[in-house]
Amino acid sequence: MDIHIPTPLRAYTGSKQTVNVTGATVGQVLQQLTDSYPELRQHLYTPEGKLRSFVNIYLNDDDIRYLPGKESTPIEESDELTIIPSIAGGRYF
Amino acid sequence: MATETPPETQLPKLTNDEISRYSRHLILPEVGMEGQQKLKAAKVLCVGTGGLGAPLALYLAAAGVGTLGLVDFDTVDASNLQRQIIHSTATVGKLKVDSAEIMLKGLNPYMNVVKHNTMLTSANALEIFNDYDVIADGTDNFQTRYLVNDACVLLGKPNAYGSIFRFEGQASVFATKEGPCYRCLYPEPPPPGLVPSCAEGGVLGILPGLVGIIQATEVIKLILGIGDSLAGRLLLVDALSMQFRTLKLRKNPDCPVCGIHPTVTALIDYDQFCGIEKPAAVGPLEVARDKAVGGAQVIDGIPQIAVEELKRKLDAKEDFFLLDVREPHEVPIASLGAPLIPVGEIEKRIGELAAQKDREIIVHCRSGARSQKAALVLKNAGFTNVENLAGGILAWADKIDPTMPKY
Ligand SMILES: [Zn+2]
Repeated sequence: MDIHIPTPLRAYTGSKQTVNVTGATVGQVLQQLTDSYPELRQHLYTPEGKLRSFVNIYLNDDDIRYLPGKESTPIEESDELTIIPSIAGGRYF
Repeated sequence: MATETPPETQLPKLTNDEISRYSRHLILPEVGMEGQQKLKAAKVLCVGTGGLGAPLALYLAAAGVGTLGLVDFDTVDASNLQRQIIHSTATVGKLKVDSAEIMLKGLNPYMNVVKHNTMLTSANALEIFNDYDVIADGTDNFQTRYLVNDACVLLGKPNAYGSIFRFEGQASVFATKEGPCYRCLYPEPPPPGLVPSCAEGGVLGILPGLVGIIQATEVIKLILGIGDSLAGRLLLVDALSMQFRTLKLRKNPDCPVCGIHPTVTALIDYDQFCGIEKPAAVGPLEVARDKAVGGAQVIDGIPQIAVEELKRKLDAKEDFFLLDVREPHEVPIASLGAPLIPVGEIEKRIGELAAQKDREIIVHCRSGARSQKAALVLKNAGFTNVENLAGGILAWADKIDPTMPKY
């Protein structure tokens, strides 16, 4: 499946706008993403391994926090995952 | 809309000149005479008259919004004109609210401009917002975003939100009666300095135009009560791929400000909330300069070197290593001729600097902010003699080489 990387994070994915990953759940594909691009990890997760509160991950057009399975929600190849950054004009995360 | 629209009989009448001016609205059934009168009765506050606020305010004025409030404490700078089309070459140096008023009144003399030449703060936000029906957030920092959001929720006024970064934009409508607020989407701001900052990053000049006009469209729809607003949806704009997507937003029942049991019931200290130090009476550049004058200023263990000191060292051919940590595309604009490793790549490429480990290293960037971060990375990696060029290229252009362009 494709994960859409927002501009502020493309510095850590070698400028890639989308990254193709495989996995059975949202958590697994995010794990594979941060394994492939280790520098991304600290921007998405706290040191304790929790998704940062200013990072929103959408499966298709739904926030994964509101999906019943949250990060263990199963995914299909045709699904799209999007990382929504917190942007404020001049600054970003 | 948050406020009740008065019945048609109480709406302000249009003059014959206004009827001629707004004829393309009047013959549109979704607007018509009543809609145009609603626009004339409406009071909209634009927070910021920068990249987003400029097109937003211009289109609202053109559309016949009767009262436009403008909040800005800044003055017009030449570098604003690449995108802030409400200002002009002739008004460089003027207060932004005065400059904007000239353009707005020139476009439409039949509307009122209310100027708030002040920084929006927790102390004045509720009082300023109180007089308006809709708030349009066109600010550029997290503190003001959370302040605008909380004030809108507390007063029950809708917030037409827009935000941009480089080639990407976001828009939504927050704080409607049923809809989510900004904190439902982002409960907390990112901590400053999590990322090695390219915060001096640019923006494609037309992008704020695109996003600001989406905000203006939402404001007009809220006033007229037509269409489907962006409340409950987040619009993502990618100008490079020219793709627009909308994502569902939900009202978070645990939201600290609009949730079932709110914990934020009054405005708070937003600098503290966002982890920002209180703004000094003088700008960071001035602070850096003044400190440097006293010599031996140290910030987080990094000595700050003044540009005069760097010049002296260069002239005396002292032994030290000058490092530029800007992005490669900045070098053709202005350069001190130093080797380049962008701040974001320092950790990865630290091996290239192995020979300099115990040599004096002076790090520089455009303004001194990124180089300070890079200097900290080097120090933490065991480099023993790392200094930061206070004020960077900008200070060099100001004090040493007036022929160097400032950007
Ligand atoms: Zn909320």
